[in-house]
Amino acid sequence: MENLNLFIRSIFIDNMIFAYFLGMCSFLAVSKNVKTSFGLGIAVLFVLIVSLPVTWTINEYVLKPGALSWLGPEYVTTDLSFLGLIMFIAVIAALVQIIEMVVEKYAPSLYNSLGIFLPLIAVNCAILGAVLFMQQRDFPDAWSATVYGAGSGIGWLLAITCIAAIRERLSYSNVPAPLKGIGITFIITGLMGIAFMSFLGIKL
Amino acid sequence: MGISKASKMAFFNPLSKDNPVIVQILGICSALAVTAKLEPALVMSISVVAVLALSNVIISLMRKTIPNSIRIIVQLVVVAALVVVVDQILKAYTYDVSKQLSVFIGLIITNCILMGRLEAFALNNGPWLSFLDGLGNGLGYGIILTIVAFFRELLGSGTLLGYQVVPQSWYDAGYMNNGMMILPPMALITVACIIWVHRSRNKDLQEK
Repeated sequence: MENLNLFIRSIFIDNMIFAYFLGMCSFLAVSKNVKTSFGLGIAVLFVLIVSLPVTWTINEYVLKPGALSWLGPEYVTTDLSFLGLIMFIAVIAALVQIIEMVVEKYAPSLYNSLGIFLPLIAVNCAILGAVLFMQQRDFPDAWSATVYGAGSGIGWLLAITCIAAIRERLSYSNVPAPLKGIGITFIITGLMGIAFMSFLGIKL
Repeated sequence: MGISKASKMAFFNPLSKDNPVIVQILGICSALAVTAKLEPALVMSISVVAVLALSNVIISLMRKTIPNSIRIIVQLVVVAALVVVVDQILKAYTYDVSKQLSVFIGLIITNCILMGRLEAFALNNGPWLSFLDGLGNGLGYGIILTIVAFFRELLGSGTLLGYQVVPQSWYDAGYMNNGMMILPPMALITVACIIWVHRSRNKDLQEK
């Protein structure tokens, strides 16, 4: 039940894009076309689901203060948490590399349409952001970390697909010239964020 | 030592014409999230300027020795190391602000401005030019952050840097803080307004 609550919360209330603005760069660059956006969304979701349990395990058994106590009593006071950032970014970069190779092999058309953005997921703030939030919230087990990853990923996918659909229609409308393109996208994202805020207070 | 034209361009272009946030659309993530109050926005800007200038110089010094195929990893490691230093300094000296910024200092690593400038500039230019470029882009980012945070804090809480600016007599006369400005979506709309103003003044930046 708690996990279901976490899942719903991370999709709608703590939405990566509308509440924390994570992954905005690729979000703004890619969301011109629904198909590509959906592909990128799936890629982000997949990377999140894989990387959160992995980084949770690393955090729990290597980085946390006292996490190394399984090695022996002399390590009880060791605190490696300052290594967190470097460790996490290395793990994420490695995972993204593996996923890139898998996608290239089994889904070449998706690989071609994602182009440069697949390797750039390594520097997508949504992934590192979710990992850092995971570390901050101190989830009790790897399963709830995975649920959080899945929820955040689906929230991101939902956001980018909706915005891409609106932007496709927007190319036919008469927007003031200085706002064309990026300006109006900001406003739409803002309005959508306000709409998503109405989910506040949902509790299962 | 005279300042050459190239170094002037490297420093001044990113401040307005080639601004990283509102023209190149890089580094939006953190730009929006930390701007509900002015103080964290200023601390964030200073951190980004420091990390950007230093990493630009380091990568520029190493640019002839980094093999092309692993350059992204090298850049990430250099940036991550610098960010860890900044993070520890902030935790030691300004603990409250570092709590407010929470994960966003760590997210400087994945700030697209860094990767963008390292890829586009530091890999092809000498250390001095790269330093100026890093400084300019960092300041360009800082300017936008400061403007957004200024309006959000002024209209949203009636304070600036924590000091009360809107006089009490206004509240007695019925003035209310616009609580909407504190919420995340208004950051996007504030940036959109800045883009609007900026692009109406620079017509060549408008999209067709």
